[in-house]
Amino acid sequence: MMLIAGMIGLGVAVILALVRVALGKTAFDRVLAVNSIGTLIILGIALHGFIMERPEFVDISVLYAILNFIGTFAVLKLFSTGSLGDR
Amino acid sequence: MVFSLEILAGLFFFLGIVSVVIGALGLIRLPDVYSRIHAAGIIDTAGVAFFILGMICLSGWSLVTVKLVLIGVFLFFTSPISGHAIAKVALECGINPLGRDLTSKSVQTAAASTKQKATPKKTTQKKAAKKKLAKKKSVAKGVRS
Repeated sequence: MMLIAGMIGLGVAVILALVRVALGKTAFDRVLAVNSIGTLIILGIALHGFIMERPEFVDISVLYAILNFIGTFAVLKLFSTGSLGDR
Repeated sequence: MVFSLEILAGLFFFLGIVSVVIGALGLIRLPDVYSRIHAAGIIDTAGVAFFILGMICLSGWSLVTVKLVLIGVFLFFTSPISGHAIAKVALECGINPLGRDLTSKSVQTAAASTKQKATPKKTTQKKAAKKKLAKKKSVAKGVRS
């Protein structure tokens, strides 16, 4: 029951952050909101594993944490230098 | 013992839901990029910590606990780094924080106006005009690619 309540809370927070992605004036608002959505999705994957009683989903959650960090930094490097360092 | 651990997990999940929703509301309501980083920080520290503590209370002693602690430590170290990087790149791209102009000309004129304290009204009017100009600029600029 409390796991499902946590899932609903995470869903509400993801929807509120998606409103900021749609409204955001600059691109940095969008990057920040997408980073927060990634963090919420990490928690959601782990919680889904606990709801379905298959805690192996925590591995996927670790992988998604690393991908979220690297993705944010790739977008920010593209903004600041104009390339991803391949030239 | 198990019953009390479940109650503790429910309490942690409640606090996690509250902090995550507060952070998301702040992400909508706050006026600036630099202040929205604060709201994202609430999600990334308090929300993650409470949810992971609740899941640790439910999982008991196993390998899952170690992985959950790994996620918590990783997010605890990387989310402030990404917030700092977002603030740094936004400042490089010329987005002014709300209430202050950090461009070089306006900083010089502000310093000069603090030296000349004879005519405070005019300087405040000038500052207000400059703020309006800076707002228009920052809206028009967006991201300088």
